[in-house]
Amino acid sequence: MGNKQAVFTHEQLEAYQDCTFFTRKEIMRLFYRYQDLAPQLVPLDYTSCPDVKVPYELIGSMPELKDNPFRQRIAQVFSEDGDGHMTLDNFLDMFSVMSEMAPRDLKAYYAFKIYDFNNDDYICAWDLEQTVTKLTRGELSAEEVSLICEKVLDEADGDHDGRLSLEDFQNMILRAPDFLSTFHIRI
Amino acid sequence: MSQSPAFVLNVLETPEDPEGQEPSPYDESEVHDSFHQLIQEQSRWVAQEGLELQQRQPETGALGASGSDHENLPGPEGAPVYSMATLRILASMPSRTIGRSRGAIISQYYSRTMKLRRRAGRPQLRDMGRSARPSLRLYDLELDSAVLEEEEKRGLLVKELQGLTAAQRDHMLRGMPLSLAEKRCLREESRPLRGKQRAQRRHGLLSCCDQLRDSCVLASHNLGLALLSGLQALMPWRYALKRIGGRFGSSVLSYFLFLKTLLAFNALLLLPLLAFIVGVQAAFPPAPGGPVPAFTGLELLTGGGHFTHSVMYYGYYSNATLNQPCASPPNGSQCPPEAGSLPYNMPLAYLFTLGAALFITCITLVYSMSRSFGESYRVGSASGVHAITVFCSWDYKVTQRWATRLQHDNIRTQLKELLAEGQLRQRPQSACGRLRRAAVLGIVWLLCLGTTLGCTLAVYTFSERMIESPVSAEREAVLLLLPLVVCLLNLGAPYLFRILATLERHDSPVLEVYVAICRNLILKMVTLGILCYHWLGRRVGTLKDQCWENFVGQELYRLMVMDFIFTLLDTLLGELVWRLFSEKQLKRKGKPEFDIAGNVLELIYGQTLTWLGVLFSPLLPAMQIVKLLLLFYIKKASLMANCQAPRRPWKASHMSTVFVSLLCFPSFLGAAVFLCYAIWQVKPSSICGPFRTLDTMYEAGKVWVRHLEKAGPRVSWLPWVHRYLVEDTFPIYLVSALLLAVIYLNIQVVKGQRKVICLLKEQISNEGEDKIFLINKLQRVYEKKERSRAGRTEEAVTPPALFTDWDAQ
Repeated sequence: MGNKQAVFTHEQLEAYQDCTFFTRKEIMRLFYRYQDLAPQLVPLDYTSCPDVKVPYELIGSMPELKDNPFRQRIAQVFSEDGDGHMTLDNFLDMFSVMSEMAPRDLKAYYAFKIYDFNNDDYICAWDLEQTVTKLTRGELSAEEVSLICEKVLDEADGDHDGRLSLEDFQNMILRAPDFLSTFHIRI
Repeated sequence: MSQSPAFVLNVLETPEDPEGQEPSPYDESEVHDSFHQLIQEQSRWVAQEGLELQQRQPETGALGASGSDHENLPGPEGAPVYSMATLRILASMPSRTIGRSRGAIISQYYSRTMKLRRRAGRPQLRDMGRSARPSLRLYDLELDSAVLEEEEKRGLLVKELQGLTAAQRDHMLRGMPLSLAEKRCLREESRPLRGKQRAQRRHGLLSCCDQLRDSCVLASHNLGLALLSGLQALMPWRYALKRIGGRFGSSVLSYFLFLKTLLAFNALLLLPLLAFIVGVQAAFPPAPGGPVPAFTGLELLTGGGHFTHSVMYYGYYSNATLNQPCASPPNGSQCPPEAGSLPYNMPLAYLFTLGAALFITCITLVYSMSRSFGESYRVGSASGVHAITVFCSWDYKVTQRWATRLQHDNIRTQLKELLAEGQLRQRPQSACGRLRRAAVLGIVWLLCLGTTLGCTLAVYTFSERMIESPVSAEREAVLLLLPLVVCLLNLGAPYLFRILATLERHDSPVLEVYVAICRNLILKMVTLGILCYHWLGRRVGTLKDQCWENFVGQELYRLMVMDFIFTLLDTLLGELVWRLFSEKQLKRKGKPEFDIAGNVLELIYGQTLTWLGVLFSPLLPAMQIVKLLLLFYIKKASLMANCQAPRRPWKASHMSTVFVSLLCFPSFLGAAVFLCYAIWQVKPSSICGPFRTLDTMYEAGKVWVRHLEKAGPRVSWLPWVHRYLVEDTFPIYLVSALLLAVIYLNIQVVKGQRKVICLLKEQISNEGEDKIFLINKLQRVYEKKERSRAGRTEEAVTPPALFTDWDAQ
């Protein structure tokens, strides 16, 4: 512990500690998890800030993510170019937001982006259908899915424009105290 | 909306139209100057910045066109078709850019940081145009006269961050929804160099007190981090909890987290007791009263025998002031202490340490309950069940394949049930059906209460039987009979309740769980109440010349041990044997479900026993800690091997609130009432313990206060406080009345907030309708413009229909 590690400089580690919700020890642990994903690709020395991206296929095969129906969206939202390939910064960011210390607003913001499949900054009916289909693994009939989407829009759409904006989503999240405990990945 | 809003820059008479010299439809009307101005502004701005819509593939003008690459995303069908100009304007609407584009995020956080630094509240409403939406006012976006570029905004944000302290800056950075690389850049830029920092500080950006406070905050933050990592090293359960959460979800995890909480409470209770009572008495052991019996194995179960004359029980503690050569008489003068050592008044220490430890526990309980309540209760939360199920029910912690499959199934079932419920609610129930259901409910409740009464009578008669036939020292094992009977009843009756509950049908499964918890709780509390009466009411009388406190302490010890044994039995029978039986005999695939409510009630019951017995056996919390540790590993092993996650939807946070409230109200309150009665009203035994010469245990405090009165005027405020605030009843009435008033005020405030929420919802809905209306109008205007451009010769005059449209509405 302390300064014995040679992966990051002291300033880098401090910067990570200040900008995420992790302690030094956890950051080092996360780095080794990241490195394990692609040992040939990820160097063990980050002092020179190498530009390394782990491809999405490896990220999606992590045990914490591999059975999650939204893993592709999660990787897309947190990656730099929206393609799912993540640098170490993206990786740390992702787990920092999904950790239990992240505040509700931050989680709600990213959850909104995850459920917004077509990236138009609104959750429209189509996004909802995609979400419900992924949640139930396609085992609900089409009319049940559309009925559910209708009800969701009825309940959550405040300004009645037929889709959920970020404010609508945040208002709805406020009413769900379970959100903080379910939108949480332990690593 | 008759006045021009504040976001208009300069009102130009004939604006330069970059798109050409087409006559604008608004030239003739002063009323619509502002819109025209706004549209011009936005078009110019958007044309300069580059259009996000142009980069997208040109769909047929549908809103929300395609975005990402991986999946084939057909856009939403049936959306209204808008022209490019309309879309351009829609793309730069403030509500679309709030919180989304980097520039908007930066300026939002700039204003937040500024407010934090200047500790300003909301901006003055007078300065804002009345037409600006409340959300826009809060965000302070582009309402100021200078429309800032993103780089300028970023520079401003950096400057504001520099003005914050390190802790505040870190807090702000962590909460920003920007990428980590950008946060690091912001952090780099907002950290001034050492010398400059000192110079800035010296110039009084922050006052001296703020500096001190902030350095304290930083130091405590670092200390907190160090403690946290130390604690995590001490309690190596992080991986175990992760496995449990990964396989069974948040609901089962809540049981284990509750167990951890109880461990913390017990440790909190044990530390002062160890330090001030047990440790001190162990260092100054009293003279042994008689021959100490040898250690046989039975002591571990009965708690008597060899353990009777040890620090475990009340009787061991001396009633004298330790470290003094002569015993201090209760109302005489004090002996001079030995040179160089502190006199330690044992009775006082016993009373005060216990009181302080319980008081701290009470405060911690109430605080955690109120915090948990605050997180799970929402003012004005209407039913948003569908939305919450869709967005908040997927547990991201679950990692095993079969567990995720189970989650998929659960969510699908939940959604189907919600749809069915909705259809059912539309069909009203007949009066006959409702009556029948009410009758069944009434009968089941009567049966359950009858069972409870039966168990209570059984315990009462058995305890009376035990009093009538006194037990000699050799047959101590007979003492185990009463705890055995109590535990048997506590084990058997809940199963009976469960069978009876299958008769009634509730609307919601959550209500079933609450009803089951209620019945079990009533049973356990009534049984404990009878036992308390038995100890304080009857045993004190029958054990006149013996140490009744030791006896009560031992009874509670026996109850705890029996409870633990029966919990193990229940785990074995209920989970392991049931799984084997159902797999081999019944050939069913499903494993038994982990009964969360039942197990949590067991924990609460055990904790109540600890609190009841802490007066008579100060080491009981240590026993409880050992028991909880063992329980954690046993329950985890049994869970992993034998159980499956509950199929019903389980609102983990609501249930956690319920558990902590149950821990506070029947459990801790009951124990506190019992202890207060024992301290205030019951005469302590005269041959053992720290209060052996007094009329009540509380008298030790009164004796000390009288000492202080004689001690002189320096400490005379303490007896005054005691006489006028503690012994007098008037202050208590006053405080209760004040408390009731505060509660009433809070209820009224909550009612008011509900009304405000309704009004705001209406307002949002109206604004949404306004927006759609305006968009449609805009679209029609542009269509007309297109048509006029196409067939200019036919449309020489602005159609009067346009004006009648505008004027009429």
